[in-house]
Amino acid sequence: MNRQAARILPVILLVAAILAAWEVYARASGIRPQVLPAPSRVVTEGWAFRGLIWSNTLPTLGETAAGFSLAVLAGSAAAVAIDFSQGVRRALYPVLVASQAIPIVAVAPLLVLWFGFGIVPKALVVALVTFFPITVGWVDGFAATERAASNLLRSMGANRWQVFRLVRVPGALPSFFSGLRIAITYAVVGAIFAEYVGAKRGLGIFMQLQQNSFRTDLVMAAVAVTAAISVALFLATYAIERLAIPWHEAARAGRGAPR
Amino acid sequence: MTPRLQVTGIAKRFVDGDRTVEVMREIAIEAHAGEFVSVIGPSGCGKSTLFNIIAGLEDADAGEVRVDGALVTGHREAFAYMPQQDLLFPWRRVLDNTTLGLEIRGVPRAEARARASALFERFGLEGFERAYPYMLSGGMRQRAALLRTVVQERPILLLDEPFGALDALTRMEMQEWLAGVSAEFGWTVLLVTHDVREAVLLSDRIVVLTPRPATVAATIEVPLPRPRRLDLLADRAFVEGETAVLRALRAGSPGGATGTMSADGVDGAAAGGRR
Repeated sequence: MNRQAARILPVILLVAAILAAWEVYARASGIRPQVLPAPSRVVTEGWAFRGLIWSNTLPTLGETAAGFSLAVLAGSAAAVAIDFSQGVRRALYPVLVASQAIPIVAVAPLLVLWFGFGIVPKALVVALVTFFPITVGWVDGFAATERAASNLLRSMGANRWQVFRLVRVPGALPSFFSGLRIAITYAVVGAIFAEYVGAKRGLGIFMQLQQNSFRTDLVMAAVAVTAAISVALFLATYAIERLAIPWHEAARAGRGAPR
Repeated sequence: MTPRLQVTGIAKRFVDGDRTVEVMREIAIEAHAGEFVSVIGPSGCGKSTLFNIIAGLEDADAGEVRVDGALVTGHREAFAYMPQQDLLFPWRRVLDNTTLGLEIRGVPRAEARARASALFERFGLEGFERAYPYMLSGGMRQRAALLRTVVQERPILLLDEPFGALDALTRMEMQEWLAGVSAEFGWTVLLVTHDVREAVLLSDRIVVLTPRPATVAATIEVPLPRPRRLDLLADRAFVEGETAVLRALRAGSPGGATGTMSADGVDGAAAGGRR
């Protein structure tokens, strides 16, 4: 427990220092809270409106979960298809890369136009911004499989599917989790961005409304909630990784077994 | 008597752009049931390629592989193959690593585990069934990899430089241990190595290859009784065996080291085209 505390102490100190400086500046300069509210004001106002913020957080969480699940499924399926077929790789990989160059600003309004104001366009935006690191994580992980390991299994009589299931997938899991971690940090932001374009409820539309009524403190409270969710999801990937591939951490800490 | 393994006339070329590299030609190897045969040659002479061909993992351009007289070129069923790296999967416990071959063949899990567990004691791995591979020492990892190979109960074991990555002391221990266990179980073994002492210590017969394109420079019989122990290293017959192999290696070209150390029954014979 002491080592845990020592590990998170630096970040606590840093954040506390930034908040303290901000608090001092906001109070001393007499700057208007519509322009820059002090952190203490963000906290007290945020707490006062906690019911409203919470009711706007739930839809955002729902969209994030739906979109991210879709990204994991579609991203993994694409990676498997790419791994099994050279033709699919040549056809699909460039398209996936190009899809990452699509400005979300341009495509999000179109998605709302096509799919309405419900959860679908939000989930699609989240999936669009998060599937790519997942696919790349898998594909790179598959490619890192040692040829000798595949040969060993083939010598035992394994077919292609068995080689895939017994070596390529478990060997690629650490790389997949790296991709998953990158992806999850974009997920909540993606949902909020999609809400900005058009939504009935959600942190995105909440921020926009508060912005329009000059409640900068509530905008910032919503930002704080967003950040907290992102950090929580990021940490959750570590917890899931530990449960899913306990051998990985141990092998790394130990002798460093070959993958 | 039909040999357990008969390899004849194996040739292999690689095409690299408009250049063709001849890797080996006219390779012939024979092993009777229960015999331990080593293939030794300079590095890069294509030993591993030869093994992949015999194991059915790569195609040869010519030649055939027969097991008990039946043509099995390109088939994998007769061989249990142990590659250079131990390739124990870090995500599987040691026991589950050793049952891999049985699992692929569809042997029920309980039976596969029972068959592998039965060998753990003789392989010095007792108590490590549920350990992960990173917890094992280098020698233990190699023994686990060998266990994974032999538990498949295939007629012929192909061991590709199994001790190459071990430190000198562990390697010697492992060689003596393998000498004992292979004689005890009566395995038919084909071993690739570049360690002359290892070859002489373990083998009934040593096939010496030339540099690329590899051909058989000599086939040397080692008539000392097996299993051999390390205290044999200073024995005259042992030293003569080593010398014969070294000479055949040095001679480098086919037929260059024929019939040298035959005084004590260490018989060198040009076997390039032997059928």
